[in-house]
Parts: sequence; structure tokens; C-alpha cells
Amino acid sequence: MSGEEFVPLSLTPLLIGIFAAVACALPGNFLVLRKQALIGDAISHVVLPGIVVAFLLTGVISAWPMMLGAAGAALLAVVMIEAIRRLGRIEPGAAMGVVFTTMFAGGVLLLEQTDTSSVHLDVEHALYGNLESLIWLDAVGWSSLLDAQALAGLPVELGRIAATLIGVIAFIWLFWRPLKISTFDEGFARTMGIRTNVLGLALVVVAAIAAVAAFDAVGSIIVIAMFICPPAAARMMTNQLERQIAWSIGFATTSAIVGYVFAGYGPLWLGAADAVSAAGMIATVSGVILALTALFGPCRKRAGAPAQA
Amino acid sequence: MLSDALLLQLGYNATLVAIGAALLGVSAGVTGTFLFLRKRALVSDAISHATLPGVCIAFMVMVALGGDGRNLIGLLLGSALSAWVGLLCLNWLTRHTRLAEDAAIGSVLSVFFGFGVVLLTVIQTMGVGRQAGLEGFLLGSTAGMLWADAMIIAVGGGATLLLILLLRRPMTLVSFDPEYAAARGLPVARIDLAMMGLVMAVTVVGLKIVGLILIVALLIIPPVTARFWTERSDRVVLLSGLAGGVSGFVGAAISASAPNLPTGPIIVLVSFALFALSMLLAPNRGVLAAILGHLRFQRRVHLRQGLLALAQGQPIYERLTLRLLSRAGFARADGVATELGRARAAKALRDEKRWEVVRADQSHEAAAALYDGLRDIETVLTKDQIVDIDRRIGGPQEVPA
Amino acid sequence: MLELASSNGIANTNEALAESPLAIRGLTVSYGQKPAVFSVDMTVQAGAMTAVIGPNGAGKSTMLKAALGIVKPLSGQVTAFGKPLEDQRARVAYVPQRASVDWDFPTRVIDVVLMGLYRELGLLGRLRGRHKAKAMDCLNRVGMRDFADRQIGQLSGGQQQRVFLARSLAQDADLYLLDEPFAGVDAATEKAIIAVLKSLKDAGKTVVVVHHDLATVTDYFDHVFLINTRKVAEGPVDVAFTAETLQAAYGGRLATAQIDQLSRAAG
Repeated sequence: MSGEEFVPLSLTPLLIGIFAAVACALPGNFLVLRKQALIGDAISHVVLPGIVVAFLLTGVISAWPMMLGAAGAALLAVVMIEAIRRLGRIEPGAAMGVVFTTMFAGGVLLLEQTDTSSVHLDVEHALYGNLESLIWLDAVGWSSLLDAQALAGLPVELGRIAATLIGVIAFIWLFWRPLKISTFDEGFARTMGIRTNVLGLALVVVAAIAAVAAFDAVGSIIVIAMFICPPAAARMMTNQLERQIAWSIGFATTSAIVGYVFAGYGPLWLGAADAVSAAGMIATVSGVILALTALFGPCRKRAGAPAQA
Repeated sequence: MLSDALLLQLGYNATLVAIGAALLGVSAGVTGTFLFLRKRALVSDAISHATLPGVCIAFMVMVALGGDGRNLIGLLLGSALSAWVGLLCLNWLTRHTRLAEDAAIGSVLSVFFGFGVVLLTVIQTMGVGRQAGLEGFLLGSTAGMLWADAMIIAVGGGATLLLILLLRRPMTLVSFDPEYAAARGLPVARIDLAMMGLVMAVTVVGLKIVGLILIVALLIIPPVTARFWTERSDRVVLLSGLAGGVSGFVGAAISASAPNLPTGPIIVLVSFALFALSMLLAPNRGVLAAILGHLRFQRRVHLRQGLLALAQGQPIYERLTLRLLSRAGFARADGVATELGRARAAKALRDEKRWEVVRADQSHEAAAALYDGLRDIETVLTKDQIVDIDRRIGGPQEVPA
Repeated sequence: MLELASSNGIANTNEALAESPLAIRGLTVSYGQKPAVFSVDMTVQAGAMTAVIGPNGAGKSTMLKAALGIVKPLSGQVTAFGKPLEDQRARVAYVPQRASVDWDFPTRVIDVVLMGLYRELGLLGRLRGRHKAKAMDCLNRVGMRDFADRQIGQLSGGQQQRVFLARSLAQDADLYLLDEPFAGVDAATEKAIIAVLKSLKDAGKTVVVVHHDLATVTDYFDHVFLINTRKVAEGPVDVAFTAETLQAAYGGRLATAQIDQLSRAAG
């Protein structure tokens, strides 16, 4: 394919897809190891009400209020889950189920009640995003990468997800040791002076930010696939956390690229005329990768002494 | 309008939907209780999201066979089939790999949903006008529902409920005490599977009303709500069914009473309102009761510790203890015991010694097990027993000033 | 016999408090509305090996966890070496129960031991050769040198416990707190652990062990702390580990014959 076609139409969605997948997979590694994978589920469902409320308050569709709204909703959800779990003495899974379904329902109701027909916000969109629409209209080919005027026309989502990815990487890099220690042995981590609850909350907030930034591209449900599938598949490939992270980045990138390409060109190869949902295809590919590692991964089974004596 | 809806005055379809939603709510509440007690509430989330590819494939197959594609029974059969496949994947992942259940749930949920979205876009490209509002299955939509569809939902809700009634005994046994159930020769694995089958039935029936994303709320919120009101398992089942039924009925009625009130979200929000009230106000397990109880408990602990410290002439370190003592008139602000305080301290110390005798004595084992540092000894022993213990301790002892 | 527990053992003076590696005052912890530990005072003797004993569910581990701030106490004060524990974290090493973590975590034995160097390394300090050498030395002391590159999921229960001990050795602490280190381990591991603990004591360190096997108390330890929700007794083994204190701690749960036998061993 020529640069004239690829750069304006595919380069930016592809990059956004890759960045979103990696930004979610990185904190996802820790969520999966902490048996908090479903926190990702909860967070991604409450992004919708957060964005809707931000829109209602500000009256505009603009990035920062919506990011704040979604992050606020994620925090609120975590606080509510903890409150129900502790005060009501309800097991965490059920507490999560209560909170995220309710907040999601509230979001849908608000969306239906307000007139958002004039703006770019609808339920379908919120559920499975629109990666294909994030194109770079100002580009004419590879040369545009050096053209300041064309670069100014890059979709804002690209800058946002790139900044988020850098933030996520910085967080993981900076807190690598405490994250690793407290994920493995929380009690010991406390005695080392690590503030485990603050760190745990920070991890959830970082995951929430990643989910919000990825929301544009893939919507609120497919984000879950990015949180869970690449880390889960990576766990089947290695028994070392450092390598697991590397594998998960590889799997996330592969899912994004292969998913995007299949969605865009797969139907053409099969003789159909139109492309299918790229976000959905990315989730599907990540699921196929997970299935392959679950069947053939060298470390797919538990080994050694059981956890309980 | 709302009162019309609640009294089933909004026409035939709305009435059928409300009845169907109520039946669905009861079924979901009861089924969800078993799931909740098995601590597998979120398995239902995976099952419900896994219905999407099935709905789409059923639609495509029916169109390919020259049919309408919108046949509700066909779509529901398709959804049940793919939910079943999702459940099998989930079980396989947790059994045969090192993945924990939460990761398995999350991956099945998101991958099936993602694949479903791909199929949805395929259907969209098959020709405008034929996609037939499959999106309605995401969030539920009862507006403009065909009479036949409403009938299917009402009948489906009733059938599911009937099935639950038939299976309730073995399911109760398995969810409350799986080991005992196994020891009694019940096929636990098969009953578990039947339970998941019911979850699937509820999901499938609920698809059109609540949608696949929110159906899980009907399976989770009512049992959690019911749990606040009772410790007895059979009552949790009943109350949960009640809460689910009320949410379904009231939610459907509210939704029918005005435009732009989607049925699914409204039912969920009604359900949550019941939950929030229960969590706040329920006696014993409610939050208000718990907070009051904890404060009372904390005061008792501090007072008791303070009295014992006074009795042994030890300094009191904690400010809260000191404040409670002085407020009760047992000590001055500087920590010196008052007359009353000395008397109460002596009693506390003496009780402590009595307990010590009780706990060292094998014949009092039952009573000793009740010791927690706070319980009054008079509540576990008779007067005669206390007199006997006092004889063994010896005469009254001075309290150090 | 009927003297109150807190008057047993060590004098409750301010000097004792200031010197003690770990001093607990009025510690109460409850899960729900039933205290698991009620108003406990403990003054750990410096340079000694102390066993914390009591029946199942008597609050042994809970007391330790609350003292370390892992669970939140309802009331109570804890000092380490005369200062608030928070300021003395570097001098205190904790070995949790083996079963409290998921050994399926993707990491190697050497990495777990290196976790003990976290306070030394900080967030971003570079891991140097000497750190690795130190970790290897700690593994050597527990007889696990050959397992350094092994995945932790492949270890037996006894080996897991030794890795935990090696991690605490890497901390170079002055006070070692171990929660049930002998639970479910093989005889060789038990021997290896006790040898390491005795060497710590010989080096002037203080060791506190939550212990469940009454038969080995007199062999392994010089001090005991008996607890059953409340403190029952505290002091040197020959003073505090007697038929009477055991009866008081275990009540009817320990047969009289058993107690006699144990206290004879102690006497």
C-alpha cells in the first residue's frame, strides 16, 4: 500500500490502537496478578457515566473535562465498591456488580434523557468506540510526518493516548519495586514501609486513566480485553514478571496491528465490500492469542507446592 | 401516568412487558441468590456478554435461510448457544490453565463481546434496514415491541420461574454447603451446571427487556439487597425474589409511563434504590446499625481497658480512654480515679480474675469459650457459681490508689 | 497463681520500655464485634528468643500483625527500640505465614530475597553485584543457594519458608518477627531454620516467633509469651512456661497429662 493512502487513513488509527492496547496492558499485568482483573471491568463500565456527567456539566464535548469526569467516576466507583464491601460485608465480586451496573445504567439514562443528537456522543459509540474515524486528514503521505502544518492536524486523540502511555510507563517504572513487592506479599510490603493501600489505589487510578484515554478508540467494553487478555496470555509464556511485561506489550501490539488490519482488509480479502469494527477485531485477536497460549504456552499450568499447606 | 402504568392501564403490550419483567425479576433474584452464595456473582457477567455473537450469528443464519432474521425465538436460541460456549470456555480456562476465575471471566466477557461487535458491523453492511435493531439487545428496548415478542417474554419469565421452583431444593443444598451435598450423594457438578443453565435462561429472557450489559444487575443486586435483612438462607432466597420482582415491575411501569426512559436502566436503578435503602437502614447488618454498634463497642473496649488500668495503678496512654473515663465520672481529667471509678475498677479487676479462674477450669469450658474481654461474667454464670469462684480467689482485695 | 497476668515476668518500668526491641501497650484488635486480642501488653526481651504461644484462634498472629501495622488495632501503642515503630522499620524484619501469599507469582527465588533489600535500594537505586552477592549469601545461610534461579512456584513448603527467612536476613534487622515458620515444614527445614535463628541470637539480635508446637518450646526458646485473647504470662521459659500458665492459656483444650509432661520437660 502506498504512503499516500496509508498515512492519512491508517497510520493514526493504528498508532492509537497500539498505544491504547499497551497503556491498558501495562497496569493490567498487575491487576491480573492481584486477582483484581474485574476492577478493569468495573472501571471501563463507569467511564460512560463519567463522560456523560462531564458533558452535562460543561455542555461541550472536550477532552479534559471528559477525562476528569471519567477518572472521577472511576474513583467514585472504587470508593463505593470498598464501602459496600466493608460496611455491608459483601464479597468484592458482588459489590463490584452492584456498583458498575448501577453507574452504567445511570449513564445510559442520562444519555437518553439529554439531547446529544447535535454532538458526537451516542451509546453505541461509547460501547465499542470508533477507531476507524480517527484519521489524519491533513496528511498526504510519509512526507507529512515532517510537515509542521500537517502535524498540527493530527487527531487530538493521538496526542492524548501517547501522553497517557508515557504517564503509565513512568508510573510503572518509578514504582516498579513497591508494585512488585506489594503484589506478591502485601503484609511484608507494609512492614517495609510501603503504603500499600495508597499504591493499590494509585494503580487503579492509572488503569482508569488508561481506560479513559482508550475510550475514544475502542469504547468502554473492549477496553476490558486490553486490560486482561495480553497479560493473561503473557503469564502463560513465562514465570518472570519482567518477561511477562515484555510479552504482554508484544501481545498488545500484535493484537492492535493484526486486529486493525483484519478489520480493514479482511472483509476485502473475503470478497465483502466494507470493513468491520476494528475495536471488536482487536479484542477478538487478543482472545485468539490468549486461546493459543492457554493451549500451548510453556507456563500455562500451575506447578509445585499448592498455596495452602 | 405512572399510576396508570403501575395499575397496568397502559395497554396490552406494556402490561405484558411489566408482567414479564416482574417474572424475570423474581427468577433473576432467586437464581442470583444461589450464584451469590457460591461467590460466583460475576460469572453471570461473562455469560451475558457472551450472548452477543450468538444473537448475531442467529440473525445471519436466519437471513441466509431466507427468513426474516428478526424472529425472537431464533435470536434467543442463538444467544443461549453462544452463552453456553462462553461458559465452557470460562470453565476450561479456570480448570486447565493457571488463570484465576476473575481473569477468565474478564477475558471471556470482553473477547466474546468484541467478536459480537465485529459481527454486528458485518450485519450492518449486509444491507440497510435489515439490521433490525439488534443493538436493542445491548441495552434492552421494549418500545414498539411486537405483541408476540411480549408474549414470549412473559411466557419465558414464567417458564424460568417454574424451572427454578423445581430445582430449588438441590440448588439450595449445593450453594449453602457443597461438601455436605456431595456427601449426601448429590451430583454437585451437574447441579452447578444446572444453576448456570438457569442463569443463562434468565439472561436470554432478559435480553430484550434489560439488555445484555445490564442483565447481570438483576442477578446480583437483589440477592445482595436481601442479604442485609436476614441471616436465614431460605429467607434470602424469598426476599431476593421479591426485590427482583418489585424492581422489574416498577421499573417496567416507570419506563412505560414516559418517553426516553429506557426499560433496562430504569429497572436497574429501581433495584439499586432498594439496595441502598436496605444497606443504610437494615437492622443488624445495615450501615447505620453497624456504625452505631461499632462506636458503642469501641467505647466499651476503651472504658474496660481504662478501668483495668486504674485498678492496677497503670498510667493511661490513650486520650480517648481518658475522655471516656472522665465523662463516665470514673476519673478526673488528669487520670486519677474518682470514688466511683475506684469501685468500678475494683469490680472490673475482680471480674477479670473470676474469668481467669473460669478459663483455667475445665468444668467451665463452655463458659470460658464466651470470654472476649468485655462480656459481663454475670451473663454466663449463675450467682452460686460466682460465689464459688470468689471463694477460690479469696477475700475482697484492695484497689491500689 | 491468681495474680493478674501483667504482673508476671518483666517489670513494667519505663527503662524496660525504652530498651525493649518491641513494646506493646493496651493493644486491642477486633474482627467485627469480638476482640481477637484484648488489652495486651508485651515487652520483648532484647537479645532473647521469644515464643508467642496459645491455642488456635487465640490472637497470636493477629497481635503480631497489629503491632506491625498490617491490621488496624482498635486501641494500643507500639514502640520499637523506644521509638514509634514507623521510625524503626529498617530495624524490624517480618516473616509472614507462608500460606499468606500466592506462590504462583511469576518470579524467581533470588528476586524474592532481593525484595528484602528494598529499603536499601529505594525506588530506583541500581541493583549492583554486591546486592546480588548478599542475597546469595542469605540463601546460602538457609541452605537454598542452589535454588536461586528457580521459579518460586516449584518450591516445596519447607523451601518456601526458607526463602522467606532468607529475605528477612537480607534486611539486616535487629528484631526478627516470624509468624508460624514451622507450620507444615519438613524436619530438615525446621532444623535449618532454628539454626539460623540461634545464630541471629548469638549475634545479639532479638527473635520473636509465633509458635504452635508446645513440645519444642523449651528446646528452642528462652522466653515465652502466652496469649489467649488476653495475655496469660510472659517471661523466661522456666518461670512463665508452667503447668499453671499452660492451663490458663489452653483451658480445657489441653489434657492434664499433656500439661504435666510439658511442664516436667520445662522444669
